[in-house]
Amino acid sequence: MEKARPLWANPLQFVFACISYAVGLGNVWRFPYLCQMYGGGSFLVPYIIMLIVEGMPLLYLELAVGQRMRQGSIGAFRTISPYLSGVGVASVMVSFFLSMYYNVINAWAFWYLFHSFQDPLPWSVCPLNGNRTGYDEECEKASSTQYFWYRKTLNISPSIQENGSVQWEPALCLLLAWLVVYLCILRGTESTGKVVYFTASLPYCVLIIYLVRGLTLHGATNGLMYMFTPKMEQLTNPKAWINAATQIFFSLGLGFGSLIAFASYNEPSSNCQKHAIIVSLINSSTSIFASIVTFSIYGFKATFNYENCLRKVSLLLTNTFDLEDGFLTASNLEEVKGYLASAYPSKYSEVFPHIKNCSLESELDTAVQGTGLAFIVYTEAIKNMEVSQLWSVLYFFMLLMLGIGSMLGNTAAILTPLTDSKIISSHLPKEAISGLVCLISCAIGMVFTTEAGNYWFDIFNDYAATLSLLLIVLVETIAVCYVYGLRRFESDLKAMTGRALSWYWKVMWAGVSPLLIVSLFVFYLSDYILAGTLKYQAWEASQGQLVTKDYPAYALAAIGLLVASSTMCIPLVALGIFVLRCLKRGDAAPVA
Amino acid sequence: MLWLLFFLVTAIHAELCQPDAENAFKVRLSIRTALGDKAYAWDTNEEYLFKAMVAFSMRKVPNREATEISHVLLCNVTQRVSFWFVVIDPSKNHTLPAVEVQSAIRKNRNRINNAFSLNDQTLEFLKIPSTLAPPTDPSVPIWIIIFGVIFCIVIVAITLLILSGIRQRRRKNKEPSGVDDTEDKCENMITIENGIPCDPLDMKGGHINEAFMTEDERLTPL
Repeated sequence: MEKARPLWANPLQFVFACISYAVGLGNVWRFPYLCQMYGGGSFLVPYIIMLIVEGMPLLYLELAVGQRMRQGSIGAFRTISPYLSGVGVASVMVSFFLSMYYNVINAWAFWYLFHSFQDPLPWSVCPLNGNRTGYDEECEKASSTQYFWYRKTLNISPSIQENGSVQWEPALCLLLAWLVVYLCILRGTESTGKVVYFTASLPYCVLIIYLVRGLTLHGATNGLMYMFTPKMEQLTNPKAWINAATQIFFSLGLGFGSLIAFASYNEPSSNCQKHAIIVSLINSSTSIFASIVTFSIYGFKATFNYENCLRKVSLLLTNTFDLEDGFLTASNLEEVKGYLASAYPSKYSEVFPHIKNCSLESELDTAVQGTGLAFIVYTEAIKNMEVSQLWSVLYFFMLLMLGIGSMLGNTAAILTPLTDSKIISSHLPKEAISGLVCLISCAIGMVFTTEAGNYWFDIFNDYAATLSLLLIVLVETIAVCYVYGLRRFESDLKAMTGRALSWYWKVMWAGVSPLLIVSLFVFYLSDYILAGTLKYQAWEASQGQLVTKDYPAYALAAIGLLVASSTMCIPLVALGIFVLRCLKRGDAAPVA
Repeated sequence: MLWLLFFLVTAIHAELCQPDAENAFKVRLSIRTALGDKAYAWDTNEEYLFKAMVAFSMRKVPNREATEISHVLLCNVTQRVSFWFVVIDPSKNHTLPAVEVQSAIRKNRNRINNAFSLNDQTLEFLKIPSTLAPPTDPSVPIWIIIFGVIFCIVIVAITLLILSGIRQRRRKNKEPSGVDDTEDKCENMITIENGIPCDPLDMKGGHINEAFMTEDERLTPL
């Protein structure tokens, strides 16, 4: 007697699970960067077009496949065609790589969260040097937030070759992060379904609180105006469109198998079209909402730094020329400078090289993305707010919720095919399989807590998922439309949900979306090939800033292995099944 | 004669206290930055207080207990407010070595700051580095405490969930196994004669045919 497949307790749990998975850290730290780089308000045009043309159709496709096949990614594609089960295997491999390095971000969020309960915040002051006459040299050259991130959190080595040892503090936090993930996925959909209520809704609460706080900060309007002034000429820049397409693609988390896994626990009759539209719209609006918050905070930080810069210049001039204290203000700085240059030319030319040109635009122009934005720029803004401990705790709690929500989806993508497979699930209970997966990922993830760990993290972040996902989704779309048959799939959906498939989805699935993916794929490949050797940013402690270095040969080999191990699954498994079938046919022939 | 001596003394004093003179230190105050509206004006009374504080610091140095306010000379007071000062020895001939003055000021920096309601940044002694306050380091870092608490909660929750899962599975296993046991027992009673099971004669499949009269009812009851 077959055990009934576990189901979501109600459709809301499924929608929340998808939102919790799709709305992740990328919405907070990648979209604002893209918006800033590619024309502010005008970036929304390619973004929304790509959402309608690429995001919604592909999301609907994955949800429909999962709901129809009622199995994880490997089983679903095996049902479509046994030769295509390699697509499922590739999905599981990519999900495995992702879960290995993604949870390190949660570990860092835990680290910062635990350190937020101190007064003053540890990243707001530099530590003292040996004889207590000044501050630590590295901290002086960089800023206190950069020092805390690179030295105290990562203890980063100067290059990827110097491995160093495992740092016990991030390692403990990583262990805790995996334990929390294990706690949430322990019972399958029963436990995941309840956890996603929190991981989906709490980030919005924090974002709303931050929106209110952010908009009332001094200088927030500078950042908002800077972001939302559209620079229409960027619309003609092909990079803007490509980045919009890429952002939509990766932000929805397509191709990992998580959406198929989540949808497989659905009732067959649930309306996945409505769910797909809701999830993609919520994901995109969260990105825009998060970028409003981010830019008001940027504006605050830029204004704060600009006013600090002006203060420093005033102090320098006041000290050099022994002017009256408080005489120089922001408004009369320029004319006083002019007067001093004419009245005391020799003295002025001496001090001139030290006078920094303070500009609000250049402060706003510093576009940062990724861990740099979350852990350096945001913390710098938070340390200048009142009651900074509260804002810090809220912020890192939100990062944690976003990260754990995405981790739940990733682990579901790995576990669903494993628990579906009869060989494994007959020997081990669900809890043991989850435990084993978490244990293995945690053990391998310890690599990212070594001194060179952040460089390996960047490798995984940039290369583990990008090309492979494009290929996986392309093969998925072609498999459903042409191998399984678009008409057959359409009639299946109609029988399942009772609703006819609109012509729009058919056109998108069969034509437009695969073309888009192919063009993205070609663009990425040509970008990598044209760039020649790959470079990375290394932290130079003596200078207190990042320097660009080349990857050594073994790192390049690791990158190649990463990409190949997931993409090669598709042809290799197809070949393997073909060979097995030939052998079986060879065995069966003599008997018959 | 007295006037001549007076002029001589002030002339010597003027030589001893000059910008960049030997053993002279420059002081810079930023009163308006520190106090804003409550800023006080810098006048000769404040200068007197400053001289008093420096003399006080020097008196704490062994061998210099005889330092008087008149031994501290100020010069070049600017609008900034900044000035130079030197400390001369009782013979009024030469200035005290810079090292002594430096260590004396460093030891009493806090008292000097408080006298003027300023801090290390707004009352600067150029060339005298201030000793920065060390950050308070608790014996056990706070983050480990919070980490420990959350770690224990998560471990307890995981253990509870696993145990309740095992208990549920054991309960589910007991029910169908009870039904299975009785079925097994009946099947074991299949008698086998000559290697052929007496299935057709098995009581399990047999029904009592109600059409036949039972033993009890052969005798018609009265």
